[in-house]
Amino acid sequence: MASAPSKLYADDVSLLVVLLDTNPFFWSSFSLPFSKFLSHVLSFLNSILLLNQFNQVVVIATGCNSCDYIYDSSSATNTDAESGRMPALCSDLLRKLDEFVTRDQHLGEKDSLGPPTSSLLSGSLSMALCYIQKVFRSGPLHPQPRILCLQGSTDGPEQYVAIMNAIFSAQRSMVPIDSCFMGSNNSAFLQQASYITGGVYQKPQQLDGLFQYLSTVFATDLHSRTFLRLPKSVGVDFRASCFCHKRTIDMGYICSVCLSIFCKHHKKCSTCGSVFGQPQSDVPSASNVK
Amino acid sequence: MNNGVGKRWNGGGEEDEDEDEESGGPDGWQITYADERSWESLQEDESGLLRPIDNKILYHAQYRRRIRSLSSQATTARIQKGLIRYLFVIIDFSRAAGETDFRPSRMVVVAKLVEAFIREFFDQNPLSQLGLVSVKDGVAQCLTELGGSPESHVKALMGKLECSGESSLQNALDLVHGYLKQIPSYGHREVLVLYSALSTCDPGDIMETIQKCKKSKIRCSVIGLSAELFICKHLCQETGGSYSVALDEAHLKELILEHAPPPPAIAEFAIANLLKMGFPQRAAESSIAICSCHKEAKVGGGYTCPRCKARVCELPTECRVCGLTLISSPHLARSYHHLFPVVPFDEVPPSFLNDAHNRSPRSCFGCQQSLLNPGNKPGLRVSCPKCKQHFCLDCDIYIHESLHNCPGCESFRHSKSAIASEE
Repeated sequence: MASAPSKLYADDVSLLVVLLDTNPFFWSSFSLPFSKFLSHVLSFLNSILLLNQFNQVVVIATGCNSCDYIYDSSSATNTDAESGRMPALCSDLLRKLDEFVTRDQHLGEKDSLGPPTSSLLSGSLSMALCYIQKVFRSGPLHPQPRILCLQGSTDGPEQYVAIMNAIFSAQRSMVPIDSCFMGSNNSAFLQQASYITGGVYQKPQQLDGLFQYLSTVFATDLHSRTFLRLPKSVGVDFRASCFCHKRTIDMGYICSVCLSIFCKHHKKCSTCGSVFGQPQSDVPSASNVK
Repeated sequence: MNNGVGKRWNGGGEEDEDEDEESGGPDGWQITYADERSWESLQEDESGLLRPIDNKILYHAQYRRRIRSLSSQATTARIQKGLIRYLFVIIDFSRAAGETDFRPSRMVVVAKLVEAFIREFFDQNPLSQLGLVSVKDGVAQCLTELGGSPESHVKALMGKLECSGESSLQNALDLVHGYLKQIPSYGHREVLVLYSALSTCDPGDIMETIQKCKKSKIRCSVIGLSAELFICKHLCQETGGSYSVALDEAHLKELILEHAPPPPAIAEFAIANLLKMGFPQRAAESSIAICSCHKEAKVGGGYTCPRCKARVCELPTECRVCGLTLISSPHLARSYHHLFPVVPFDEVPPSFLNDAHNRSPRSCFGCQQSLLNPGNKPGLRVSCPKCKQHFCLDCDIYIHESLHNCPGCESFRHSKSAIASEE
């Protein structure tokens, strides 16, 4: 564990947890190749580690069938550097990433549901928060944690509740979630995540200059952010997704007992079983039975 | 009991004992030690060194009991909780609140805990409202009316802390009844009384008031600070609330915070209803618009009503133009973990770890903490019954108390689809 109490943590020491979207269905149809994207990200991670000797970087891969830790600078061995070809970070991370992508693909083959278009952001966010809690537990002196989501694939509406739970937990423990979204439309989940936790949401216009965006916006530690003018939000999509069809709606019906959201008027709440309106609607219609 | 402890602590010195007898008890400085019993949190290790007791395992066992009792309640029926609550907290500031059995006094301790409760309440019940009532000199007084802002409640509560006179349960209930009568039928009406006194000084028949509360479906709960009272117990039984008496400050805190999560909805208490609501979008920080609530041009950060496109400054509110209730969806989402709780994790038995030592993971799935005790022996761990991942005890607590997601279940798509087909 890096945060031994003997180290002197100033207010600009950061722990950066990067959530890397590795969804092959997104990257295969995207203008920026995954290899180019990785070279931007690796330079960025190296520069974070160079900014302060106590800075710590953890990378979690967000696949479409699984999530896993692929790099932790506190436990990384620096022996690879002796070979002199590649820095330890790159070789270590790339090897783990390669293993992860193969395993993720293998998991996907068993699934007969067809290719999913969303990544499992809820899983990697939950893992990142567990890791950050460990750092909080390590003692009164610890690096300032923050989460950076490098996301490209679209939101998965079925993860709505899980992602919101993770966002509120991050807000309670004052962990900002920064998001750099590369897909075509804005991500409502990440916009809300950054807005609620006080992080930065940015959608780069020029993907060739991704490193520039990463290093100018997302490399700044929490202490320095008070002195900087970081990009302002261009509006937040606060629409919810309804529980019955997982559609995104801007007006809907709320069950007064459990606060479930529905896009149409139902006779019975599918979540808590409360009967609305007239008492004769005891017979549940097929669409209401979960 | 303090006396006995004080004597033991003095090592039975004769002079000290004499002094004790003369003053009728140990000195003030001794009492503080005797009350805290700080020596009990130390133990000797093998080499005879003193070290703090490792109470992590103890704490974890306690937490598991709590989780289990909660989940056993939940499995009996589909979870129905009253999430829209209208709660009045009645605080007894009569003479009895000045007693110093809680330090520095009951009043200060109660005020401090109510502050914590208010914050926790709004965190867990985002659409609910709360009001404060104080009882002093036999008169009930409304400190704050029902409202949704924790800051204003805390300010009113801390404003003037003083206690005097008698306490009157009936006056307080009558006042609260007048307020709660008016709220819409889908809301849950609740009263939480923090009662210090051992008597109530009422102008009329309190039994009538209790029946009135029962008729208006107001759920009354009482937390006593001194001893059990028949009238409080009767009130709680009649109205479906809970009655408890605090043993010490830690217990009092536990009892008060138990009222923060929404109570299970009792079918007859509130009528379910579908409410039409809008989820406005937040405009860009640099946009300029005239808001409908203050009728002023404002720069940035407004919300647009999805039905009539009027601009409002804050959520939740009601649209001034078309009357639609406007809320932000994160407000609602705050309470969803009550609907979809994480299943309690199972403890992994040591026999399993010894049998299949090679197969069991070495580190916690959530935080990567090593699950091996010093000396490479497998330590205590828990596993999720759905995804079979192993977690450390700290993550177990964090996942169930704050995160409300199982990282294992969330990060495997096939396990998710398996769960979906089960349902």
